[in-house]
Amino acid sequence: MWDKFVVELSQAWQELIRGVAQFLPRLLVTLIIVVIGGLAAWVIEVIVRSILRLVKFDRFSDDSGASQFLRRTALPSSTELLSRFVFWVSWIGFILVGVNVLGIVGLEPHISKLFAYLPRLVAAVCLIFFGLLAASFFSRAALLAAVNAGSPSPKLISSAVRILITVLSVSMAFEELGLAEQTVLIAFGLIFGALLFGLALAFGLGGQELAKRFLEARFLRETPREHEDELSPL
Amino acid sequence: MAEESILTDDFLHELMNVGEVDVLVGLPTYNDAASIGQIVQAIRAGLVKYFPRQRAVIINADGGSHDMTQELVRAASITDLQHTPNPHALRTLHSISVRYGGGPSTGRGLYAILAAADLLHSSACAVISADSTNIEPEWIAHLLQPVCQDGFDLVTPAYHRHKFDGLLVRNLVYPMIRALYAKQIREPYPSEFALSGRLATHLFGQDGWATVAEQDGAKLYLTISAIAGSFKLAQALLGSKTRAQNSPPADVVDALREGVGPLFFSLDQQPAWRSSMPSEPVPILGGRPEVTLEPLRINRKRLYDLFRSGVSELEPLLSSIVSQATLQQLEELASRAEQEFCYPDELWVKTVYEFAASYHRAVLNRDHIIQALAPLYRGRAYTFLVENRDSQSEEVEKNVEALCLTFEKFKPYLGELWDGRK
Repeated sequence: MWDKFVVELSQAWQELIRGVAQFLPRLLVTLIIVVIGGLAAWVIEVIVRSILRLVKFDRFSDDSGASQFLRRTALPSSTELLSRFVFWVSWIGFILVGVNVLGIVGLEPHISKLFAYLPRLVAAVCLIFFGLLAASFFSRAALLAAVNAGSPSPKLISSAVRILITVLSVSMAFEELGLAEQTVLIAFGLIFGALLFGLALAFGLGGQELAKRFLEARFLRETPREHEDELSPL
Repeated sequence: MAEESILTDDFLHELMNVGEVDVLVGLPTYNDAASIGQIVQAIRAGLVKYFPRQRAVIINADGGSHDMTQELVRAASITDLQHTPNPHALRTLHSISVRYGGGPSTGRGLYAILAAADLLHSSACAVISADSTNIEPEWIAHLLQPVCQDGFDLVTPAYHRHKFDGLLVRNLVYPMIRALYAKQIREPYPSEFALSGRLATHLFGQDGWATVAEQDGAKLYLTISAIAGSFKLAQALLGSKTRAQNSPPADVVDALREGVGPLFFSLDQQPAWRSSMPSEPVPILGGRPEVTLEPLRINRKRLYDLFRSGVSELEPLLSSIVSQATLQQLEELASRAEQEFCYPDELWVKTVYEFAASYHRAVLNRDHIIQALAPLYRGRAYTFLVENRDSQSEEVEKNVEALCLTFEKFKPYLGELWDGRK
């Protein structure tokens, strides 16, 4: 009985040592992949940063108002943000490759899924990023146009434009990720429809006179009213 | 690329049929059927009367009118002349109407006319606005003779104007160009002007012009390029300036895009403004322009209201364009009652220079920077209207002169902003 126990124990011990002996080189390879991956990701980050600086991406970001938005939220510049994002995506890719090398049973299908998901994640982040840029640019354009036209609530118009574009880009990003597609689609449809319906009602009821004047000027080709204050500036 | 899209094959074919000319008069149009007939007749009368021995051509560069403008130009024949009883041109007077490519735009029209002047080796070229319904044949002589006979390269117009007409020119464009480029040109954004073939060739050969043709305010950029290129300048008094009756009311934002956008843009392109020279007068031929004073009904309150609401609504935008100190002063101004409101020269000049520096650094989209200036310009226009409400012409001139000197005094401030030292 005792002998059998000792044999079993030694066999288990041998297997453990064999397992560890088999696992250790894999772990070493994983660590090497993670470290080299980190270095490679850093090199990619530097290259991306240089390219973005070369094409003056920050100027484009300033132009669209994204830099202002990032400053307000205490985030780094667009170039910095995008290059750091590329670094993390690259490094996470290398880490996943490393974990795959470990050969842990049951983990491989999940890692494959994660890899397949990565491009969609990048696309979703890009959608949100460029959506926010567009929201910032167009809301500012709407604010300026409303202020210069003497509109009664320029900030309301500007905020409505910003919210619309942000909601649109976020819902597109969710659709890209495949998260709650139906819910997001319905929610977006409801919000968008309600907003436009509300605006139509507001314009029709609150701005009857304005609507009348606009339609008359558009279709009856009446001569425009004389602007007393707008002397020829040039 | 701009050249290919603007100068269409038809355009070039028409030019080839004309051959070389001595004098060219360009007429950019877009849906100007109401005024174009009389303008073409006046131009033809002027050419026949004052340039009978020169080979001349009138080139109508049209942006794609659909109101028979081109047909009217072609139909305005020499026999319809009202201005000259017995016109006899000794040389052929060509008159062609061509459509330039790329859609209607002042810049493209001007580019097409400059290209024609260069390609036809014209020694003098005048450009007439289709808005100038009160044009006289003498205008052609006043504009072209200084180029043909006295060797001037650019002749800009001078008009008798109402003291409240051209407020943007009086309060920003003229004083700033005078301070930065050291030339006193009263109408740097000319409706009518003449230039030498030498200047036309110089401009047509510049890389920047293809870009300018696609933007607003090419006429202003032309004036600045002529100053920066040290060309010989003159001004010609043409009389009073009236706008066509059907022309739309001038929009402040459009005026800023055309008048201020190219001025700010030029600071990047023309380093000549960095030299510090006192401004010098440019000769005015044909007499001094007068400031007219007839009463005018103006809604000043709207200007004041738009200034106040603009400063309050655009505060986050303005904070990235102007300095903290300037913004505080603007907010303090916006809090004043209408009777106490005054946008002083010094603050206005600082505001404009800070906008120019922000435009250079492109802290925001450049068109947005220009649009953000509109409420502040309205505040300044309000102050100008109040200050000069009861002023006689000498006093108006004195106030404009004082503003010009303030622009000149603060020029080093713009230099510091430009170099990032402020």
